[in-house]
Parts: sequence; structure tokens; C-alpha cells
Amino acid sequence: MKIAVCVKHVPEGSGRIDPSSKRLDRSGEGALNHFDANAVEEALRLKGDSDSEVVVVSLGPAKAADSLRKALAMGADRAVLISDDAAAGSDLVATSKLLGAALAKESPDLVLFGQQASDADGAVLWAAVAERLQRPVVSQAAELTLDGGTLRVKRQTEFGYDVIEAPLPAVVAVSDAINEPRYPSLKGIMGAKKKPFDTLSLADVGVDAGDAGETGSKTEVLAFADPPARGDARKVEDSGGDSAQAILDFLVEKRLV
Amino acid sequence: MSVLVFLEHHGNELQKGSLGVLTKAAALGDSDVAAVLVGGGVKALASDAAKFGAAKVFVVEDDALEPALPQPRVDALAKVIQENGYETVLLANSVLAADVAAGLAARLDAGLNWDLVDLTSDLVGKRPALQDSIFVDVGWKSTPRIALFRAGSFDAAASGAGEPEVVEVSVDYAEHSQRAQIVGQELEESGGPSIEDADIIVAGGRGLGAPESFSLAEELARALGGAVGATRAVVDAGWYPYSAQIGQTGKVVSPKLYVALGISGAIQHKVGMQSSNVIVSINKDANAPIFEFSDLGVVGDVHEIAPKLTELIKQRKS
Repeated sequence: MKIAVCVKHVPEGSGRIDPSSKRLDRSGEGALNHFDANAVEEALRLKGDSDSEVVVVSLGPAKAADSLRKALAMGADRAVLISDDAAAGSDLVATSKLLGAALAKESPDLVLFGQQASDADGAVLWAAVAERLQRPVVSQAAELTLDGGTLRVKRQTEFGYDVIEAPLPAVVAVSDAINEPRYPSLKGIMGAKKKPFDTLSLADVGVDAGDAGETGSKTEVLAFADPPARGDARKVEDSGGDSAQAILDFLVEKRLV
Repeated sequence: MSVLVFLEHHGNELQKGSLGVLTKAAALGDSDVAAVLVGGGVKALASDAAKFGAAKVFVVEDDALEPALPQPRVDALAKVIQENGYETVLLANSVLAADVAAGLAARLDAGLNWDLVDLTSDLVGKRPALQDSIFVDVGWKSTPRIALFRAGSFDAAASGAGEPEVVEVSVDYAEHSQRAQIVGQELEESGGPSIEDADIIVAGGRGLGAPESFSLAEELARALGGAVGATRAVVDAGWYPYSAQIGQTGKVVSPKLYVALGISGAIQHKVGMQSSNVIVSINKDANAPIFEFSDLGVVGDVHEIAPKLTELIKQRKS
């Protein structure tokens, strides 16, 4: 079986926006999006001792290789980095097209995603990629089991849990509650350097430059502003519970009770 | 310009979040505001949709669609949008709606802006970014435009319109849309409103000290008519169920009132609740970050203050 895991290289720290490009500044240090480590871990768990292959796939600048190396050090078998200047600034539609094209070439039985990107807070990509691949998709997977060619997922929802079954090939986004990602061992880190690593251009994945990057995007960033300020904040010191009346008065003043 | 709103339902109730988005759509001032309902027995909900501003309701009535799976809904919405030329499609975020929106974006090659908290009448979306430290104006370069709104962005307000025009739609489903099936469910019983739908949330953190102390949050929530939320730390510690978790890996809420009991206000929690209208926090640590974004901050012992506050509110309401 072949399992592909889509991972993202995200800036470390709280991040800043480059005013000239209106994009997230990706020039500094970065790291593997920690939610994606859960997806890598789940792929490795499903693989176990079998001869299944775990391929990690990323779209990003050349530096995204660092995050793919980390996934290889955790135990993934092979890495694919789609990196092309013309792909920078791709929105959801363009990104799903690029990843979809690369994944179609890999033709994995299972594609895994983490539950969100810690930089852009995106939590939607898998469903768009699944649509490109015309495969069933299940998100918010808190448990994942495979039985022959059928996967069974416990999905967390607002109302509890759904148990969902789907035949492979399929796309699953795992919740960060699904497992505790392993740390790469020293042996894993050394071994990662020798594992197969392909870097692909847009031409390699078969997507026109016009369908990628800002040209291929259907959304745009127009402007930035400071968040709306909170009104006059008040702070009181309690003594033996005497602030309860002050809180009630405040709630009454705000017409909340 | 024409606007289509995806209405999510659970059981036989329309979700308040999607009714809030419909209310917003009606307020944008367009003549053609429609809603789409997908599932079994949803036709009965069409008149409710009209009350919140839908002049027309597309009904995709199919018992096979009652399970909350996204892909058949992509088929249904794509058909309604394409056959009727809707230019703008609005959804309230949920586990289901996020997957519907993204699948639809890929199906129609349409732009999707997500995590929006507002939309102007000239169709500029407002999106908080970088842990809500900056507000980004986002737009669309083509139609249809798809917008996914953060939970609680808009109040649902009934404007009392008459019966809507109901258009029944039958859909041919894509082969891949029918492969995933719900084979079981475990629904968590909740006493009050769900936290996405609640106008008032009382949330508890580590500062409550022990799982038993969550009763302080529950009793205050009951007195206020609100729901109970929790931080990740206490959910991980097993004090409270995941369905109540607010924050980066839980739910993002923006109720009218958020009461934080013993919550320090770590960034992961802040992103889930800071767009609440009014934030009141009680914490014994005067330097807790939560005080930086509270409207009323009380430095004190939650075990002393919360029961007294609950009692005062009960007295006032009786």
C-alpha cells in the first residue's frame, strides 16, 4: 500500500506579513506544521512493519525541504517537494490543483492531511484535493483503522462522533487528538539524508503557470488593518468574593442579564 | 447580484450560525437572496428560512442525504449554483460546511475565502490573521465567490417574511461523492445550547483547580442561560469533553458574553474566543494574559466569586 502525507513548512514564531507582497513572510526560519506531524505519525502507524510506502509531499519554497527531511527522519520513506517560483502565492484553488496533480501522479491508496495549518489557520485543503482526485474524503479523524480496502474513521463533530466508512483510495484529515507524534531518532535523522527526495517544477507535475501562483488564484488580499480595539477595559481586585456585585452591575450595564 | 446561503440543520432545527449568515446576506441589500437545504425532511424547514431573509429556498429532499457528509452536498450546491447563476455563496463554518465549501471551490474552480468575520456590501471579506493580531481585507477575482464565516460572526434575526418560493431540486450524485457512508454515531448529550450557538458562554480552565469545580462554571452558565466551554488543558486532563473545547484546536466562538473562570488566556485559547462581544474574566494571577483582552477583569479566587455571582444572578432573574 502507498500512503501519501501532505505537509506544510510554516514560519516559526508568530509570523509577519510582508507589506510589499501582501503575503506571509516566509524568509525566516520555518518548521514542519505541527498538526502535520500527527498525519505523518498516523501514516507510520498504519505502515507498521509492512512493506507499505509512506511518501511525504509538500508545496513550498526550497526551504520546505527542511520539513520534509523531518518527516523522513520520523520514518517516511520518500519525499516530493513541488517548488517553483511561479507557484508562490497560490490560494486554495491553485494549491489544490497543484497538489492534486502531484498526488494523481503518485496514485496513493490513502492521502493524509493534518487538521490545519498553524500559519494561515487553513482547515479546508483536503476537501478540495479530494475533489480534484475524485476520491471520498473524511475530516476530523480521531481514530483511523484499515480493514482490507476499507477505512473506518471516527470523526469528531460539534455533536459528538460519527463513524464513517469509505473504500480506498481515499483522503483523510486527522485531528491532533489521534496520536502523539514520535520524535525523530538520531538514526532516523542520519538515515533521512539518504532517502529518495524529488523536487518537482510546475512542468513536472503538469500544471500550467497560468493555473498556479497569484495568476491561478481566484482570491486576493486587498489590504491590512489593525484589529478593532476593545473599549475601556476595567480591572478590579476581589476580596473574599466582594466583586460578585461589581460583575453583576457590569453585566446589567451591558444588558447581558 | 445574487446570493445563495447554505443552511445546515441538525435534527429538525436549522443551525443558528447559518441563520446568522442568512441574516447577513439579507442585509447586504440584494434582491435575490436564496437558501439551500439538503437532507431528509428538510422541506418543512423552508418557512423558517424565509423568516431570516430567504426569498427563495432550494430544497434537495433526499433521506439518503440526511447523514452529514460533505460530498453529496457539493453535488447539490454545484447544481443549484450552476443552473441559477448564483454569484456569491455563503456558509457558516462547521466540520461539515468547511468540507462542503472547499469541495465546491475545487469543483467550480471558485475562490474560497475562509475564517471571515464580516463581509461588506461591495463584497470585501474581513479575515483576522496571525492569531487575530491583524485584520485582512480579502476579495474574489471571479465568480462564483465562496465565503466561509467564523462561527458566531452574525446574529440570527428573524425579519418575519412570508412563505418563500420553494424550488425542489433533484441531484445526480457523482460516483465519488457516494462512497463515504456514516455507519454509526455517538451523540454527546448536552444540557444547554451548543457552544457555537450560545449567546453566553462560561468557560473553565486549570484555575478551577479540580474537575469537580467545573460545577461552578455549569451553575453560572445555567443561571445566565448559557453554555459551558473549556480550555484545551482541562479537556486533555479529562475534566471536560472535547466538544466543549474552545481555541485553536477546538471551536472558535464569538458569543455576546464570554465569562472565563480560571483561564490564563494562552494564545491557543485566545484565538478561539477573542472576538466575543464582551469578555469577563476571573483569575487569581493579576498578570494573566487574559486580562489584556478582557472588558472586565477580576483578580480573585474563582471559588469564592463564582458561587456568589451565580446567586446574585438568580436573585435578579427571579
